[in-house]
This record gives sequence, C-alpha cells and structure tokens, in this order.
Amino acid sequence: MLLISCPNCGSRDETEFHYGGQAHVPYPENPTELNDREWAEYLFYRDNTKGAFAERWLHSTGCRQWFNMLRDTVTYDIQAVYPMGTPRPAGPSTSATSITAPEGAIK
Amino acid sequence: MANTAALDGINGLRDIRRSPASHLAAALEAGSVQGTVVLQEGPFQTMAAVRVEPRSEEGSRIASVAGGLPARSGEVGGADGTSVLWLGPSEFLVVAPEEAHDSLGGDLIGSLVAALGEAPGQVVDLSANRTTFELTGPRARAVLEKGCALDLHPRSFTPGTALSTEVGNIPVVLQKTAEDSFRLFPRASFADFLGRWLLDAMREFASPEVP
Repeated sequence: MLLISCPNCGSRDETEFHYGGQAHVPYPENPTELNDREWAEYLFYRDNTKGAFAERWLHSTGCRQWFNMLRDTVTYDIQAVYPMGTPRPAGPSTSATSITAPEGAIK
Repeated sequence: MANTAALDGINGLRDIRRSPASHLAAALEAGSVQGTVVLQEGPFQTMAAVRVEPRSEEGSRIASVAGGLPARSGEVGGADGTSVLWLGPSEFLVVAPEEAHDSLGGDLIGSLVAALGEAPGQVVDLSANRTTFELTGPRARAVLEKGCALDLHPRSFTPGTALSTEVGNIPVVLQKTAEDSFRLFPRASFADFLGRWLLDAMREFASPEVP
C-alpha cells in the first residue's frame, strides 16, 4: 500500500486515489492535420519508463482534485507532488541508472 | 417563507417517507451496546452541495448564510446547528436539521441559492443523497478503526473536524462531533451495507471481555 501525500488532504492510502496515466502529454496543436498514426500515438502511446516517471493522480474519495506526481517505477519512491499545469520538477537522479540491466537484456 | 403548517407533513408525504437504513432500525437497536457503543440512524437531514470559490465575493455571501466556510481539509464551518463540511477546495456540504429544508418551513436551500445568485458556482439540494449514522460510545473509535485507515486517535482527529475517507471500503464523510461521538455520511445506496458492516464490527463489544 502506497501512502500518497495529497496536496489538499495530506497522507492517504493509495486506495483512495485513481491513477491518471502519464503526465505532460500535450494535446496536438492542430489535431485535424494529424494522420492516423500520429493521432494513435497521441491517444495510446505512452512511455514505459524505468525510473522516475511523471504521472497524474486523482484523489477520488477525498478532495476529488487532480495532481501530478513524480514516482520511481522501480522503487515506488514518491519524489515530488506538484500541481497540474506546472512543469516537471528536476527530480533527484533516478535509480534506473544505478540498476544494472540483467545480462542479455541489451543487445 | 416560513410555512408552519408544512411541518405536519406535506399532504402526509412526510409520514410515508422511508430513510435509506430505516429497515435496519430494529437491528441497530438490538446491536447497540448501551454505555459501550451505540449506532443510530439520524435520517432526513437537510443537505446542500455548494460549489463556490470561497475567496470570491459570492463565496463570502454563501459563507454569511451558511455560517462560515471551512478553509481546508478537516475543518468544519457553520453555526447554529448547521455544519459546513469541506469536500474540496471549492466544494462544500452544508448539513442542517430536517426542519431547515424549504419544504418543511425552513429556508436553507432557498437562501443559499439566493446568496449565490448569478455568480459562477452551484447549490444543489442533496438531502436525499446521503443518510447519517451516529456512532457514539467509548468504543466507537475502536469500531471505526476496523475499517478506516485514518489516524483516529484524539491527538490528530479532534472533535469538530470532518474528513472524507473510506470506512469499510465505503466512501463516507466522517465527522467527529464530540469525544467518542462520530457521524458518518454514506450515500444512500451504501447505507444498508455500511449499517450491517458497523453492526458486525460492533458485535464483539456485546460479549464480556476475554481476559
């Protein structure tokens, strides 16, 4: 169980929150000019980061407000909680760099 | 706006109204342990959801009608039997006794609507949305702690605060009205489950303590 610090309500259980996927995915400036592949990439293609990952969360059973969170997908360490619309903070060095890939994973 | 005749029942409709946990009334009484933990339903409270920016002019007009808006999570505003619970930075739940409803001679909803006026925001009569469970007694906290992850110890959860959270996996607003006295506001469709869940959690206190 993660303890997530909601900016409004303080530390609450993970079960009170709803995951909103990757943060900072901009809406295309001219959606009508996209071809099918670009549109599909905007809609469905997301990073699969190993390490610090910026994502959106909703405190659905609390204040019902969205916020952004910088979370390490390896260690689950929550590095920053920041409001929607603000740029991603420069987090500490990610643990991904220190974790060596299993042998044969990189070809 | 006062209509004293309405209190006798609007054409008898008040008498046939059923609260969401009324079918549990006998079970709640049987399951309560006097002097230890007592569960009751306090039905038909007047509730209004208010969405307004609290720092704006319309926010201060609403605050003067409701008796003050809470500024942050946990705080409870209101005065004279009216509680204003914090649901979000610009979202509040006004809870008042049944008689405050416009259909029963009160003027709470109407005056909130009038205070908002044409300004951005909304006031919605949600009196039928939630019911109220009143859990009192020295073991009330022990009952809640079986299904609530919040720190309910008096050092952090003090009388006169309210938090929206989950109790028994049900989203509720949990208000602490006094030492050993809690009010839970579940939505109507969850009232049956939460009532039975609380009864089950209370059952051990009916038995003598095992040394």
